[in-house]
Amino acid sequence: MIEHAITPNLVFDVAHLFAGALVLISFLMLYQDRLYALLNVFALQAVALALAVAWQAYAQDAPHLYLTAFIALVFKALVIPVALHRMVARLGIHREVETVVATGPTMLAGIALVALSMVVMLKATPAADALAREDLAFALSVVLLGLLMMVTRRNAVSQVVGFMSLENGLILAATGARGMPLVVEISVAFSVLIAFIVIGIFLFRIRERFDTVDVDALDRFRGGRA
Amino acid sequence: MSEAAFATRLLLNGQLLVALVAVVALLALGLLGVAMASRPAGRSLIYGGALAVTLVAGLSALTAIAAPPAGIVLPLGIPWIGAHLRLDALSAFFLAVVNLGGAAASLYGLGYGRHDHAPARVLPFFPAFLAGMNMVLLADDAYTFLLSWEFMSLASWALVVAHDKEAGNVRAGLVYILMASFGTLALMLAFGLLAAGSGGGYAFDAMREAPPVGIAAALVLALAMLGAGSKAGLVPLHVWLPLAHPAAPSHVSALMSGVMTKVAVYGFIRIVLDLSGPPDWWWGIPVLAAGGVAAVIGVLQALLQNDIKRVLAYSTIENIGLVFVGLGLALAFSANGFPAAAALALTAALFHVLNHAAMKSLLFFGAGAVLTATGTRQMEDLGGLIHRMPVTSAVMLIGCAAISALPPLNGFASEWLVFQAVLLSPDLPAWGLRLMVPAVGALMALAAALAAACFVRLYGIAFLGRARSPNAAEAHEVDAFSRAAMIALAAVCVGAGLLPGLFIDALQPAVAGLIGETMPSQRSVAWLSIIPVAESRSSYNALLVFGFSAVSALIAAVVIHRFASRAVRRAPPWDCGFPNASPLAQYSAASFAQPIRRVFARGLFAARETVEMPPPGALTPARISTSARDPAWAFLFLPLTAAVGAVAERANKLQYLTIRQYLGLVFSALVLLLLVLALWT
Amino acid sequence: MANLLVQGTQMLLVLALAPLLTGLVRKAKARLTRRRGASVLQPYRDLARLMRKEVVLAENASWLFRVVPYLVFAATWVAAALVPTFATGLIFSWSADLIAITALIGSARFFLALAGMDVGTSFGGLGSSREVMISSLAEPAMIMIVFSLALVAHSTQLSTIASVMLAGVGLRVSLALALVALLMVAVAENGRIPVDNPSTHLELTMVHEAMVLEYSGRHLALIELAAQLKLLLFLSLVACVFVPWGLAPVGAGPSAMVLGMATYGGKLAVGALLVAVFETSIAKMRVFRVPDFLGAALMLGLLGTLLLFVSGIL
Repeated sequence: MIEHAITPNLVFDVAHLFAGALVLISFLMLYQDRLYALLNVFALQAVALALAVAWQAYAQDAPHLYLTAFIALVFKALVIPVALHRMVARLGIHREVETVVATGPTMLAGIALVALSMVVMLKATPAADALAREDLAFALSVVLLGLLMMVTRRNAVSQVVGFMSLENGLILAATGARGMPLVVEISVAFSVLIAFIVIGIFLFRIRERFDTVDVDALDRFRGGRA
Repeated sequence: MSEAAFATRLLLNGQLLVALVAVVALLALGLLGVAMASRPAGRSLIYGGALAVTLVAGLSALTAIAAPPAGIVLPLGIPWIGAHLRLDALSAFFLAVVNLGGAAASLYGLGYGRHDHAPARVLPFFPAFLAGMNMVLLADDAYTFLLSWEFMSLASWALVVAHDKEAGNVRAGLVYILMASFGTLALMLAFGLLAAGSGGGYAFDAMREAPPVGIAAALVLALAMLGAGSKAGLVPLHVWLPLAHPAAPSHVSALMSGVMTKVAVYGFIRIVLDLSGPPDWWWGIPVLAAGGVAAVIGVLQALLQNDIKRVLAYSTIENIGLVFVGLGLALAFSANGFPAAAALALTAALFHVLNHAAMKSLLFFGAGAVLTATGTRQMEDLGGLIHRMPVTSAVMLIGCAAISALPPLNGFASEWLVFQAVLLSPDLPAWGLRLMVPAVGALMALAAALAAACFVRLYGIAFLGRARSPNAAEAHEVDAFSRAAMIALAAVCVGAGLLPGLFIDALQPAVAGLIGETMPSQRSVAWLSIIPVAESRSSYNALLVFGFSAVSALIAAVVIHRFASRAVRRAPPWDCGFPNASPLAQYSAASFAQPIRRVFARGLFAARETVEMPPPGALTPARISTSARDPAWAFLFLPLTAAVGAVAERANKLQYLTIRQYLGLVFSALVLLLLVLALWT
Repeated sequence: MANLLVQGTQMLLVLALAPLLTGLVRKAKARLTRRRGASVLQPYRDLARLMRKEVVLAENASWLFRVVPYLVFAATWVAAALVPTFATGLIFSWSADLIAITALIGSARFFLALAGMDVGTSFGGLGSSREVMISSLAEPAMIMIVFSLALVAHSTQLSTIASVMLAGVGLRVSLALALVALLMVAVAENGRIPVDNPSTHLELTMVHEAMVLEYSGRHLALIELAAQLKLLLFLSLVACVFVPWGLAPVGAGPSAMVLGMATYGGKLAVGALLVAVFETSIAKMRVFRVPDFLGAALMLGLLGTLLLFVSGIL
């Protein structure tokens, strides 16, 4: 181990810290047991994402990334959480997050996933700079944690949140890599929007038909579970 | 054996001679025990003799740690092998632990044995057990080692079933003897592999010269973990331990938990760090994992028990886990080229071996004292013993604080060293180890915190509060011999805690023999601090912390008593409007553990609480019952025994064949063996 | 010699400031809830009053019950004296590193939990039982935080850690995780809202207060003082590790010392204010929600350590 020079590069450090903040907020999301709190934390993650992307725009001198940051801020931090808030209120969904696995084991699994993505990323990109590799690893962690959340939650709303958090990780990875064209990002953003609408409608349909938003209810009707 | 090997053979020295004489004397005491068991003088003679022999042997072993190795071949055992005996720094250290632990147990037995209702079943085996452990440590060839190992197992088995009338003891003996046989089998296979490498030489010297390689070495590691680990109590091979250790008389429990598990650790170190040659990079991983898991599972189980001796037995599993974490780190460091860090980790493990031997023996003595005084080991029937048994309570408080790793006592010193070793491990190159070590560090920290909870519970329920049964209310302090033994061990706990540097230095010859490197000498450090690596990195001075705290407490006491108030008034405790609450309304052992049971034990241990609430108006009391399982039984042993049963059921048909069919079986077996022989070469 | 002076000053300083800090937190909380609140000096008056009163001892209290307040006070005081507050050059800082300081606090808790069970009432047992449950998660979390710091600074010595931090190590994700975890542990260790409520007197929700229910007079004064010292200790710890600016380095002159004290006072005031704001804006959680809270702290600490282990950047 070598004694390190002080503050190797502030630009990188800040980007790194934002990426770490996204992971931390993903853990906060796993920890929440109230739907409204979950939505608030999700909005916080979107803010962190917007900051991270804006910082990248500044660092890479790529003005189009400011647009991406703006989209993230407006849609993910404001529009979608507010819409979901209203949806939860209108549907009268039970306000506790219904988990399949308890919080503790889920967090443990989350730690294991972060470790896994660190190992995978550090091995896959040995040529890149250490911090950039860690950024990629964080992005992958956010994706995996989003997936974990979708797997361990019963309620469709929290699954939607998990999905969008996953997508945050994708954007983080995309902006971290230099020179990703705007087109792709817009398409990514739109795909999320579409997914959101689809899932939103889906929610209403479940509600209408079966009077619950518990995804397991669907399985019961399909005969998947006794 | 070749002439050359004879030429390099080591010479007999004084300490080895003392050790040999001690073994013979202990065996003779065992025989004497058979003859004298029924006479009143037998007890003092046997325990007094054992005390004298082990004390001399222990002190002589202490001097042997720094002495050059000595060896001898006795014309015993298998004719062309003989019995190879050797005393090097490692075996000398463990000999010192065994014999000083044995001396304490003998001293305790002088008093405690008076209450034994079946002395004839204890007296012959107690010295024999001690002799067996001594022989294991002296053995220098596979045959002598295994023979002594079995002798040790059988002698301790006889002690476990000594009180066969008590419920559960016979079953404990059965489980113990089965697991011990399994462990010996694993060790036998391990030695077979080691001997195969050296061309069939059963002496350890021959094995050392031709260590196994590749898959054979990996198998040796696995078998050593199974064989020595089952004796030491590694999860999931620990199931016999919480049954057998409490079943024996308390001074024997102390020997089994405090000392015999250390002989198992010795076996593991001897096979893996000494005989198997240079370790592979990954050898640390399974050892670390086994240690971390044993530490947490052991202490969680200890928290769920209501029988004092079972709490202590499970806590032994935790501490053995800690020792194995140290050994795993030592393996990882030495395999990856960090000998200095490996020396630190191994020192930490060996120091914890010593510390645990002292504190666990002390705690078992205390449990024995409680048993003598109240006739029960159930915490739910105890309470308030601090008023009735002042000496026992005071030394038990030291023991509980030491095993909870509180500074400035010895448990903290060794745990602190393990943590320091963990902090050196980011240097390790391998991914697996880098992910493993922090996780194991977290498990260790969790185990340490839970251990504190466990011993607050044990001490708080059994010794503090109000007596929960008439027996506890009328308890009396135990005899002088028992008190002396406990005070001596408490002094060791305090001494090793305050002056860890002396002990660390004393261990270095043993460490150097295995790793080839030592920790920096602590003797020269100012103020008797300990500095594992470098002063800027970490240092710890128990003496100063202790002095500092003691002076602060004294200042506070003096100032307050001098300038403020010193008035005291006795009054009934706050009763919240319900006067004269029964002592049963206190927190009980089960209720104290409830938060932890709910947090940690719901999943893996399937801990459940059921409340029987009578209907309004009924006069029956409400009852709560709690249950928990040992995952090793649920997931390993019960399925295993079920499978064995099913196979036996099938094989039962073979009992009812005709003679022609039996002949056919024999014939086909013969043909099969011949075929194998034909195809093999 | 100068270091001895620094050490002595620090011992007296922490003892003198601890009640003031608690008074400040109480005052700020009162103001935030639009009450006038007692003077910031009220804790001193409370302590003086308790010291002068006689001790009312429960009938079957043992010697342990009477010794514990002194032990708890001494262990906490020593621990607090070893955390650099205004200067790093503490002469005895090498006698106990951060792991030992954690363990010293653990010792204090061990004995306090025993004392809670000594009288044999249900409240004491309840408090002790919950306290050890909380500590069984808070302590490993603390050790994980120590690991993170030690891996960054290559030392478990607080003075060294503080000077490494003062020299600047840049922004580190693992340190951010450690900070969050440390704040969570500090909340739990000090029995603050949302884990425990230091001003509650409803038996069912008490943890720390239930444990010390039987204490009175000078014993209670010592235990309260120890609790105040512990709050000071954790604030100083956060200050010296994460905002080390203003700490006087080893061998600094008197002016640096005065500056160090001034900044330390400022940090404490800001810390007290933040504690008050946090406590007024949040509700106490159920007892069985606490393990989740502390489990999260443990996970964050572990994650921070794991990052440092795996990345090997530092």
